[in-house]
Amino acid sequence: MSTDQLPQQDVETPGELATETGRSAADVTVASQRQLIWWRFRRHKLAMAGLYVMIAMYVVAIFAGFFAPFSKDTTSADHAYQPPQLPRFSFSEGFYVHPTTGSTDPETLARVFEEDTSRVVNLGFFVRGDEYSLLGVIDTDIHLFGPTEPGERFYLLGADRTGGDLLSKIIYGAQISLSLGLAGVAISLVLGLVLGGISGYFGGWVDSVIQRIIELIMSIPTLPLWLGLAAAIPPQWGPTRTYFMITIILSLLGWTSLARVIRGRLLQTRNEDYVLAAKLDGVRTRRIISRHMLPSFLSHIIATVSLAVPAMILAETSLSFLGLGLRAPAVSWGVLLQDAQSVQVVATAPWLLLPGLAVVVAVVAFNFVGDGLRDSADPYGRRAP
Amino acid sequence: MSRRRRTQERDAAREIAAATVGGDRPMDPGSVLELQHLCTTFHTDEGAVKAVDDVSLRIRRGSTTCIVGESGSGKSATARSIIQVVDHPGRVESGRVLYRPASDGPVVDLAALDATGPGIRSIRGREIGLVFQEPMSSLSPVHTIGDQIGEVLELHERLAPAAVRERVIDDLRRVGIPRPEERAGAYTFQLSGGMRQRAMIAMALVCRPSLLIADEPTTALDVTTQAQILDLLAELKESLGMTLMFITHDLGVVAEIADDVVVMRHGRVVEHGPVDQIFHEPRHDYTRELLAALPQRGAVTVTEPVPAEVPAPARPLLRIQDLEMTFEAAAGTMFGRRRTERVNAVDKVTLDIPEGSTVGLVGESGCGKTTLGRCVLRAYRPTAGKLFYTGADGRETDLAALSEKELLPFRRQIRMVFQDPYGSLNPRMTVRQVIGEPLRVAGLASGSELDGRVEEMLVRVGLKRSMAGRYPHAFSGGERQRIGIARALITEPRLVVADEAVSALDVSVRTQILELLAELQGDLGLTYLFISHDLSVVERICDQVAVMYFGVLVEHGPAEQVFADPRHGYTRALLSAVPVADPRLRGTRERVVYESEGSAA
Repeated sequence: MSTDQLPQQDVETPGELATETGRSAADVTVASQRQLIWWRFRRHKLAMAGLYVMIAMYVVAIFAGFFAPFSKDTTSADHAYQPPQLPRFSFSEGFYVHPTTGSTDPETLARVFEEDTSRVVNLGFFVRGDEYSLLGVIDTDIHLFGPTEPGERFYLLGADRTGGDLLSKIIYGAQISLSLGLAGVAISLVLGLVLGGISGYFGGWVDSVIQRIIELIMSIPTLPLWLGLAAAIPPQWGPTRTYFMITIILSLLGWTSLARVIRGRLLQTRNEDYVLAAKLDGVRTRRIISRHMLPSFLSHIIATVSLAVPAMILAETSLSFLGLGLRAPAVSWGVLLQDAQSVQVVATAPWLLLPGLAVVVAVVAFNFVGDGLRDSADPYGRRAP
Repeated sequence: MSRRRRTQERDAAREIAAATVGGDRPMDPGSVLELQHLCTTFHTDEGAVKAVDDVSLRIRRGSTTCIVGESGSGKSATARSIIQVVDHPGRVESGRVLYRPASDGPVVDLAALDATGPGIRSIRGREIGLVFQEPMSSLSPVHTIGDQIGEVLELHERLAPAAVRERVIDDLRRVGIPRPEERAGAYTFQLSGGMRQRAMIAMALVCRPSLLIADEPTTALDVTTQAQILDLLAELKESLGMTLMFITHDLGVVAEIADDVVVMRHGRVVEHGPVDQIFHEPRHDYTRELLAALPQRGAVTVTEPVPAEVPAPARPLLRIQDLEMTFEAAAGTMFGRRRTERVNAVDKVTLDIPEGSTVGLVGESGCGKTTLGRCVLRAYRPTAGKLFYTGADGRETDLAALSEKELLPFRRQIRMVFQDPYGSLNPRMTVRQVIGEPLRVAGLASGSELDGRVEEMLVRVGLKRSMAGRYPHAFSGGERQRIGIARALITEPRLVVADEAVSALDVSVRTQILELLAELQGDLGLTYLFISHDLSVVERICDQVAVMYFGVLVEHGPAEQVFADPRHGYTRALLSAVPVADPRLRGTRERVVYESEGSAA
């Protein structure tokens, strides 16, 4: 390295970038922005773990029919509040559980389950069971695992009030909960980009008006507003329409912080020397924004978005939990948690809280990924000590 | 309270006694400070970085010792190691810092003291004073300067509040702050840069330290203010009998004030000796290199473009006529009525830029020279006035009146080189994209033709063809500035506005870039508008010089004439403030101070 460096420089040299990304200096010199971010992200262990968990959850949600042992609608009144069953193993039978029959104790009214040890329910992989259509196209009845004999019941994570398999319901619930998070953030992002972009680019009174609107929306307590809007959804609407309505309600209130981030970035980038340089190069405004300014804060937007998704998931869960969002027969994590509203039920059937665990895992994974992205989004900035 | 203070003092005395070095002659009796094999290492995630690597030096009692070096040479880390205030991941690893406050007193090893203990705290501020580079960030914005200076006194000397105030006002007067009774109640942001630095010096001196460490105290200041602060430091050192350790990258300043000089590079001491020897008989190659890179006033080393190449040198390429640029700034109190204040950044400037020449535009920060440059580039739309540009076909066009669309062809003929080689290159684009952008958007070249022209231009500015695929982060400051020049020249411009194009570079790189600019001018017949605050650079490369002061062009003429016989009082003050990089010429010039009618004291 030659000695010519700026005083008070805060920019990293190829050597430092190389050690930070774990690559050779020669690689770094020709590496693009995206590669630098990816290299640095990969060194963030927690974020990588979060990324793997996230990918796994989405894969399971997309192929829910295959991964869930049963369809979300099959119930069995005999098995209401069936506790989780642990598969047993023997060399003659392979994996199996004993079938149970439930009854209500006439004196205590508690659910009692009797195992019929004379019979076994054999379990296997790639078994035939309830019919479903994969991705809405392929009709099939093959499940990753379940009872080998169609019609037999098996509850890995226990059963709910109607005797439906909780594991299957959590997997189907992921479809709605995870996709609603993404869809909500996508709508917020469009709103945020447009309004934040207008606000930041034009400035002046337009900026003032938009900023005051944002402040107004932010000043309204969120929960009552959600409740009010959600209560306005007609109860006779089907699950799909309700789903879209909830998404729109959540994103209408969620775009404000994104718009602020985008406006701030735009204002900051507008004063960069290289933007003036582009203007002096004779580059037109549209190209300056799309080619010179946008790439420099795109990574920050992605990071903000991945931090906004868990907020959406939580919002949907709380609304549905309170009975104001989606309602049965739609299955989402929030709807499933509705069963766990009464203390008595939780005391006798604590496994009904498991959908909550799914929410926690999803939110934590998203947050780890978002954190990692935020740290690596600016490969030229120095990491905080 | 007083009991706690007594305990603290006892602890401090005990700690210092433990760090006292005995033995026969641990250090030279004439020295106030001696560093012996000092090593300071920064432990980062990426491994240890030796910022100070086996540094040994001594500072004679009553002398001014300058530590000089380029950025990253470890000069600040050395100073910070002495008083144990190294920034977080850094630690003094080994070596001794021997300090003898009184010539017959005991010798204390400062490196042996606990960095947060009472011992070093009783020495910091009381016996060793400190002045930093940026007074705005080293003084607290929420306390008045009187309170901040008074706090030092309260901590180190037991004085009654009234006595403290008296001392503070005395000291503010001593450092040349007018109306000190009022100014003691002022906040940092109410003072100008020079006044802030004076307040900072008053704070460092209030306990009458025997050693003052000044870390680039004048780097952030204008040249006239710098001259005043240097004079003040020399005067105070004399009257208070201090020793001064002065850290700077500016050899001109060194020549003005130093008795002894320490040259540092890569954390090591390269050369150490009296100022006259360093400047006139440098022993080390690096010192010679630094001195050669120094823009010597009056010693022109760069070959000027041959005038014969320009057919009609008198023809102005650009005529600036009565140019005005006014900014509106909102002012007023939080609840008071809003009023807009007009700031005349450029006030009726008339200036001709002859074809093929280099016109230097000098002035202090805030004088409007950058605004003028940006008006010429039409990055700003001037409020009033005309910009007559003579095209290659001899037609004159008034650039000030053109719309953005009509300007596009002229954008290729008038180009800019930026000051900051880091901020001016888009980090998301490869060098090929950065340099080729103006041609691509104008549709002048594309594909392999564009690549060919970009690579040719890279070779022209002294880089390699193969570098085109790299991103800006792969280059050093000097190389980035070459890329910036390549971007400016790719459109074959006729006028290049260089706004402080070499100010952010270290001296040795600065020379290379200046030589490159001169060479390109000769080859391509370019005209430069060279904006700079550095008079020595301007004198070295410019044919004509224009001096600006508060938006007004106060003087304009051929470079030799302006430098040899300045007409305007401000130009004279500016010239007399420039440090001369020869210790033998010290004191031969008289300092001229210019007070315009409008400016406050």
